[in-house]
Amino acid sequence: MDQFIINLLFVGGSFALYIGIAIWAKAGSTSDFYVAGGGVHPITNGAAIGADWMSAASFISMAGLIAAGGYANSTFLMGWTGGYVLLAMLLAPYLRKFGKFTVPEFIGDRFYSRNARFVAVACLIVASVTYVIGQMAGAGVAFSRFLEVDATMGLIIAAVVIFIYAVLGGMKGITYTQVAQYCVLIIAYTIPAVFISLQLTGNPLPPLGLFSTHVESGVPLLEKLDQIITELGFRDYTADVDNKLNMVLFTLSLMIGTAGLPHVIIRFFTVPKVADARWSAGWALVFIALLYLTAPAVASMARLNLMTTIYPEGVDSQPIEYDERPQWVREWEVTGLIQFEDKNNDGRIQFYNEGNPEFAEEAEARGWEGNEFTYNNDILVLANPEIANLPGWVIGLIAAGGLAAALSTAAGLLLAISSAVSHDLIKGGFNPNISEKGELLAARISMAVAIVLATYLGANPPGFAAQVVALAFGIAAASLFPALMMGIFFKRINNVGAISGMLAGLGATLVYIFIFLGWFFIPGTNNLANTPDNWLLGISPLSFGAVGAIINFAVAFAVSHATEEPPVEIQELVESVRYPRGSGTATDH
Amino acid sequence: MSGHDYDAVNYWKANLRLIFGSLIVWALVSYGFAILLRPMLAGIPIGGTDLGFWFAQQGSILTFIALIFHYAWRMNRLDEKFDVHEE
Repeated sequence: MDQFIINLLFVGGSFALYIGIAIWAKAGSTSDFYVAGGGVHPITNGAAIGADWMSAASFISMAGLIAAGGYANSTFLMGWTGGYVLLAMLLAPYLRKFGKFTVPEFIGDRFYSRNARFVAVACLIVASVTYVIGQMAGAGVAFSRFLEVDATMGLIIAAVVIFIYAVLGGMKGITYTQVAQYCVLIIAYTIPAVFISLQLTGNPLPPLGLFSTHVESGVPLLEKLDQIITELGFRDYTADVDNKLNMVLFTLSLMIGTAGLPHVIIRFFTVPKVADARWSAGWALVFIALLYLTAPAVASMARLNLMTTIYPEGVDSQPIEYDERPQWVREWEVTGLIQFEDKNNDGRIQFYNEGNPEFAEEAEARGWEGNEFTYNNDILVLANPEIANLPGWVIGLIAAGGLAAALSTAAGLLLAISSAVSHDLIKGGFNPNISEKGELLAARISMAVAIVLATYLGANPPGFAAQVVALAFGIAAASLFPALMMGIFFKRINNVGAISGMLAGLGATLVYIFIFLGWFFIPGTNNLANTPDNWLLGISPLSFGAVGAIINFAVAFAVSHATEEPPVEIQELVESVRYPRGSGTATDH
Repeated sequence: MSGHDYDAVNYWKANLRLIFGSLIVWALVSYGFAILLRPMLAGIPIGGTDLGFWFAQQGSILTFIALIFHYAWRMNRLDEKFDVHEE
C-alpha cells in the first residue's frame, strides 16, 4: 500500500476517535467545562496529564536535542520530570483542597487582592500563548511531511479538530481525548524504539539497550558512538560539562517552571479527593517516564544509525555517494530539513565537525573541503523508522503520534487560557453577576477566539519562536510557582509581599532575557551578544528563571515582614488548604 | 480545623518532615549524582559510560517516581492517623 494512504488511515482514524469521544463527553455545566465534573479517576488523570504535558517538543524535538548534545542535554530529561516531585508535594494536593476552578483564583483569594489575581492572569496568558504557538507550528510540520498538504492547510485541519472537542467538551472532552492521545503517542514512540534497540543491541527494552553491547562491533553502544563521532571531530557524547552552575540552574528552571505551568496544575482539579491528587502525580510521572526513559535511547541509537548510514564502511573509509543516498534522505531533502552541498565535488557526503580546529588537518589530508551535510534536530524522531528500515505502518504511527502530542498539549493550554478569561477576568472582574449559562457561553467563545489566535500565530510564527518556550518556563518559574508555594506554606506572606515578589521575579527574568535576546525579541535590540562570556556568572538567559524565583521569594519575604500580617480569615484559609478533610468537588463558591 | 489544635500542628510538622526528606533525595540524585558529583562517580563504569551519566538519563527519573509514590502512600496514612482524611 502507498505510504501516503497508510499515513492518512492512521491520522484520519485517530482524529475520528477524538471527535467520537468529544460527542460522547459533551460539557453541560461550568464544572464539566472547567474541571470535567471533578470525578476523574487518578490513573485516568495521570494519563491525561501525560498527554497534556508531553508536547510536540517532548515527542519530536527532545530526542534530537539529546542526540546533538549528549550528556549536556540530559537537563531536559531531569528538568521536565523533576517538576512533578514539586507538584506532588508542594502544590497539587493543597490547590485541590482549595477546590476552585483556576490558578489565578487561588492567588486572588489567598492574597485577598484582585490585582494579584490579574497579575496571575497576565502571567498565565503570556506563558500559555507562547507555548501554544510551538504546538500549532509542530502540528503544521507533521502534516506537511506526512500528509503532503501545505503546512497552513494542515494547521487549519488541526485547529478544526481541536475546536470540535475542546469547545464542545471543555475539560471533560479534553480529559478523555487526552487519554486516547496518550495511548496513540506512547505506542508511536516506543514501537520504533523497541525495533531499533533490538537491531542494535539485541535488547528489546530501549532504556536497557542504551547501556548494552552494540551487537555488530562487540563494544558497548555508548562507547561505539563516542568512538565514531570523536573520530569525525565531534564532541564526545558522554563527556562531562564545565559550566556546572549553568547546568544546575537550567535544570532547576525547567523543574520549577514545570510545576508552575497552569495547564498542568488545573488537571489536578479534576480528581475527586486530595489523596487522588497525590496518586495522580505519581501516575502522571509513570506515564511520562515511559517516553522520557525511552528518549535518551532513541537519541543515541538514532545518532549512531545516522553515522553508519553515511559511513557504511566505517569512518576511516569513504562516506556514501550522494546518488546512493537512502530514500529517507531524499524525502526529507524536499522539506529542507536535510541539506547537502558537494563542496569538494567528489559526489560523496562528507559529514564531520568543520568547527573543530584539531580535526582540520585530518580533513584536509582526506581531501575534504568543509562539512557537506546538515540536518534539523527535529527530524531524528520523525525519520527514525525510515532510518532503521521499519515497515510503512510504523511511519503512519509516528505521524499520528506526533499530531497527538501537539494537539493534546494545545487543547490543555487553550483550556487554561479560556478559563482564565471567562472565570478570572469576566466573572471575577468585569461581570461578577453573570449566570452559569452565560459563563459557560463566555468560556466557549474565549476558547474559540484563543484557537483562532493560536492558529494564526502558528501559521505566521513570530521570528522568536525558538526563544518563546524559554519565556514560558521563565515566567512560570519566576512568578507563578513561588506565589503558589508561599501561599500554602507561609502564612505570613501578605498581599503587598506577594504582588511585589511576583513583579520583581518576573521583571528580573524578563529584563535578563531581553538584554541577551532583544527587547520583546525584536532582533538587533539586544544590549549584549548572547555568548557565555557576557552572561552574569555564566548563567544563560534560559537558566535565569530559577534566579527569578529566588528573587521572588526574597522580595516577598522582605516586604511581607515589613508590612501588616494577613487578616485572620486568610490565615484560616491557609490552615484549611493544609488539611484534606472536607474538600468536596471543585466548585464555584 | 483550628491552627492551635495539637494534632493539626503535628500533622503539618510530619508533612513538612516528609517533604524535606524527599526533597533531599530529589536534589541528591539529580543535582548531586547526575551533575555536581558526577566526577566522583566516574570510577563506577556502567555500559560504556559512568554512573553519573546513568543517573542523568535514567536513574533520577526512576527515583522521582519512587519518591512521589512513597510520599502519597505515607501521607494518605498520616491523613488517617491524624483523622483529617476525606470520607
